[in-house]
Amino acid sequence: MHADACAPAPGAAQTCRAASPAIEEAHCPVVRHAWVNRECRHLVLAAPDPFLAATPGQFFHLRCPATSEARAFLRRPMSLYSLDRSRGQVEFLYKVTGAGTRALASLERGDVVNVLGPLGTGFNLHKVGGHALLLGRGTGVATLNHLAECLRERHVRVTAVLSARTREGLVSEDRLAGRGVQTLCVTDEDGSSDMVRLGETLRKLHDQAPFSFVATCGSQRMIRLLQSLEGLRDLAGQAAIEQPMACALGMCWACVHPVRQAAGTSAIRYERVCVEGPVFDLARLPT
Amino acid sequence: MTDLSVSIGSLHLDNPVMPASGTFGEAMARAIDINRLGAIVTKTITEEAREGNPPPRVAEFADATLFSIGIPGKGVGHYLDTQVPFYRAFRPPLVASVSADTVEGFARLARALSIPGVAAIEANVSCPNLRKHGLAFGMDAQATHDVVRAMSAATSLPVWAKLTPNVGDIAEIACAAEAGGAQALVVANALLGMAVDTATFLPRVGSVTGGLTGPATRPILLRMAHQCVEAVSIPVIGCGGISTAQDALEYLLVGARAVQVGTASFVSPRAMLDVLEGLETFCGERGIRRLQDIVGGMKHHPRFQ
Repeated sequence: MHADACAPAPGAAQTCRAASPAIEEAHCPVVRHAWVNRECRHLVLAAPDPFLAATPGQFFHLRCPATSEARAFLRRPMSLYSLDRSRGQVEFLYKVTGAGTRALASLERGDVVNVLGPLGTGFNLHKVGGHALLLGRGTGVATLNHLAECLRERHVRVTAVLSARTREGLVSEDRLAGRGVQTLCVTDEDGSSDMVRLGETLRKLHDQAPFSFVATCGSQRMIRLLQSLEGLRDLAGQAAIEQPMACALGMCWACVHPVRQAAGTSAIRYERVCVEGPVFDLARLPT
Repeated sequence: MTDLSVSIGSLHLDNPVMPASGTFGEAMARAIDINRLGAIVTKTITEEAREGNPPPRVAEFADATLFSIGIPGKGVGHYLDTQVPFYRAFRPPLVASVSADTVEGFARLARALSIPGVAAIEANVSCPNLRKHGLAFGMDAQATHDVVRAMSAATSLPVWAKLTPNVGDIAEIACAAEAGGAQALVVANALLGMAVDTATFLPRVGSVTGGLTGPATRPILLRMAHQCVEAVSIPVIGCGGISTAQDALEYLLVGARAVQVGTASFVSPRAMLDVLEGLETFCGERGIRRLQDIVGGMKHHPRFQ
């Protein structure tokens, strides 16, 4: 659990660095690759041991194969959907959108993908106990799935609120339910994902069984909701952020995101999503 | 066993492969054995801390990237306190890349970096000169000369000048840097470019223009390295679009003594080692005992009069 011991409090990155584990560039055979709905694919790769030390919120950098119709020069960062230590597998869930993911979508069982990782600073789970609320939108739910699985292993009570445009676009609901996560789905098509209604829903859930921790991924509006919602805004919360990335090793400084220097201050600085992130404290994200 | 070593002015390198400034960091030591590199070149530092440019900072093309980073960093003090001690634990000589917006600023940085653990200083002259209405030092022969001269006067360490390719006559700038006292030239930095997202009508990088790098730029940068080799007698270090040993060989054949690998390290942190191993293999197959023997070895097509 060395990577976990490294889950940094803000400003603790320095002390972690010396003990930072190796970053592996590995050729991973595709074990399974299937559509989960019209837009998203589930990719399972055979992984070397160093990959299996990845913690929730960390990510891998995948080299996209060149195909006749899609080619991506840079790698694509992808957060972990799940991890199976006994089988030696890492899993990803991604939406097919641009050239990179279209190229990835062409991978077939037995093909080999060049993968770099594990990378980044994941969720800080030091003080997580009680009742955790995970709020995900679209494929942001993928990142929260691995977090949910780890929390359930620690017997933490987890409620996951999953949001998508349509019922069909919801991912991971069954998988989460299978792990004993209480799931609630909201969509744009029935209006339940609307921020006002979602806020009421969250407050009701909080009244029934108060949350002690919140995590979100996939929506800027959800970040703002969690930052503003009475009752929830004072909880320890973390958000996984996405940003176009080049090296993913903290060298190029392309993937920066504005964050507060410390919670409660107004001074903003750029931090690297690939090193200081992709997970940031909600209190440090500017509204 | 091929001798890959090379002398760049007074600095001796075990091999000619090193990172391009801004494409290397401490994390590289977690991904590859950086002791195998010919030198370590760090990201450009400035005297004061800088936040850099607003995102988005990168746009991607089929064979190139457009970066608009803006030299963020924690300043020279942080570099001296943390980076120099970190890299001192590794064997390759450390080359510190610096930038400033005045000639005096360049000189002060050169003086501050003249400490054990720093082997050479690379002047990144692609930044705007405050006294010349923001025109980059490197676009002006006199300014380039003045920067290198002031740095050379301020330090006994070798000074390398990393030229900008965004000029009409790079040979003129190369000669100015040589006259200023540069021990080597790095040819070259990124090509100025821009791109617009036709869906949003927004520029694809936050500061509108950025630096184009990657394999697509290699023919242009190779041409410039060639022109500089013809113009000066100090060593030229080739930089631009190198991701394989074949790419590096092109630069060596036109007369560059060493190479810097940049954007390729973003695609694979192993890129520099791949180049190095590829050079060894090439020399082995060709029976080349000293890699430097092929420097400038480009032949010419016969001409029919």
